[in-house]
Amino acid sequence: MRPFELTAPATVEAALAAPGTFLAGGTTLVDLMKLDVLTPQRVLDINDLPLRGIDTTDGLRIGALERMSDVADHHGVYPMISRALLASASQQLRNMASIGGNLLQRTRCTYFRDTAVPCNKRVPGSGCPAITGSNRLHAVLGTSDSCVATHASDVAVALRALDAEVRLVSATGERTVPLAEFYRLPGDTPDVENDLLPGELITEVVVPRLDWAARSTYVKVRDRQSYEFALCSAAVALDVRDGQAVDARVAVGGVATVPWRLTEVEAALRGAPTTVAAFEEAASVAADGARPLSTNGFKLSLLRRTIVRALSELTEESR
Amino acid sequence: MSIRFEAGFALHAVRGRDSVDISLEVNGTTHRFSADPEVTLLDALRERLDITGPKKGCDRGQCGACTVHVGGRPVLACLTLAATVRQPVTTVEGLSTEDSLHPVQQAFLDQDALQCGFCTSGQIMSAVAAVRQDVQDVREFMSGNLCRCSAYPNIVAAVEQARRADATV
Repeated sequence: MRPFELTAPATVEAALAAPGTFLAGGTTLVDLMKLDVLTPQRVLDINDLPLRGIDTTDGLRIGALERMSDVADHHGVYPMISRALLASASQQLRNMASIGGNLLQRTRCTYFRDTAVPCNKRVPGSGCPAITGSNRLHAVLGTSDSCVATHASDVAVALRALDAEVRLVSATGERTVPLAEFYRLPGDTPDVENDLLPGELITEVVVPRLDWAARSTYVKVRDRQSYEFALCSAAVALDVRDGQAVDARVAVGGVATVPWRLTEVEAALRGAPTTVAAFEEAASVAADGARPLSTNGFKLSLLRRTIVRALSELTEESR
Repeated sequence: MSIRFEAGFALHAVRGRDSVDISLEVNGTTHRFSADPEVTLLDALRERLDITGPKKGCDRGQCGACTVHVGGRPVLACLTLAATVRQPVTTVEGLSTEDSLHPVQQAFLDQDALQCGFCTSGQIMSAVAAVRQDVQDVREFMSGNLCRCSAYPNIVAAVEQARRADATV
């Protein structure tokens, strides 16, 4: 790890006044600093800031410093949020990692994490070995000729399905950005992953109220049953009345460069019966436009089948 | 800041960065010392305080051998900067009393839940949390603690024994 200066500002104002890299749980930052992937000169330990609390009075508001384990255990969060969090990492890491930091976690692409090899995300313009190299775990949706790395967060997929927003604060003021606009596709600038400006801080995650998301779940398919990143995951919610889907939310992870919403699948589910055949029909368009690489073509069918499984589990649970 | 001799670090060492004052309460005793900001909780415990129960396995937050409790909750000491710790730390050394092992430690012995023992202190710290939280899916809860000797069935049996033995660990 390269030497750095460490301070712990006591107020948000103080944190914003001094340029530096924010440290919350540290599970991404310290890891990548040890690998020399991130080499901040100045680190601001923000754990004294009053960015805590989970408010469920109207929808859901989660302070950015709330830990993954506390959010997962909170009785007021939608099932897909809780299940996505509990399917993430290990219990030790969930006790450490903050919800704001989770949204900003960096890809697990092995080329990104290895400073001995090129990576357009780490060193813009240096190239992407994953496109022709070991890419079984990489994305098939939202990719570019510069980058095919997946976004690693599970809960971001659930939050994307729920139309969540992040509240941001900087020295110049506050703003609220929907996750749909927060994450940037890699395009020609995969080093720019989100809408955050230098020195800007996530203060809160806001989830609009959606009562029928009480019927929601998160299914994660991976190489190990636990403590592993997703090959493919699906966050789904269904509003079912009289055996028919009235409305649906579907977002997927492990297959895309950003948390990926599938509005076409949602549209196909509206008005459909809650049968496996109807779910398969709706999911058939999920991988449209996908660009498989040399060894991750299996993700196209896996994507469709993960959605069907999640929807099936959801309707079986309630019977 | 201490001088390091690896290539590429000499300049940083000469230029210097401020070390930070660290106060750590570990197993009921408060320790104060000065250290570089990059010193992890794991290195502070092992190298500064000679508390060597927490083990350095991967040093990358992947194996769980360094698991300790901070504020009563299991965390990975290798990914925690010592200077950022605000709450009391408990290591495996803090579980037993002079006279007796902690029920989870005793259960690991009774169930033969280890072979080489390198991962054991981390396993036990997670297992204590599993028993306290009365978790239903022990294998899922313990998945962040790897055992290269693959003593997993006996580790699960030890957690189950401890849970039956004492609900107040």
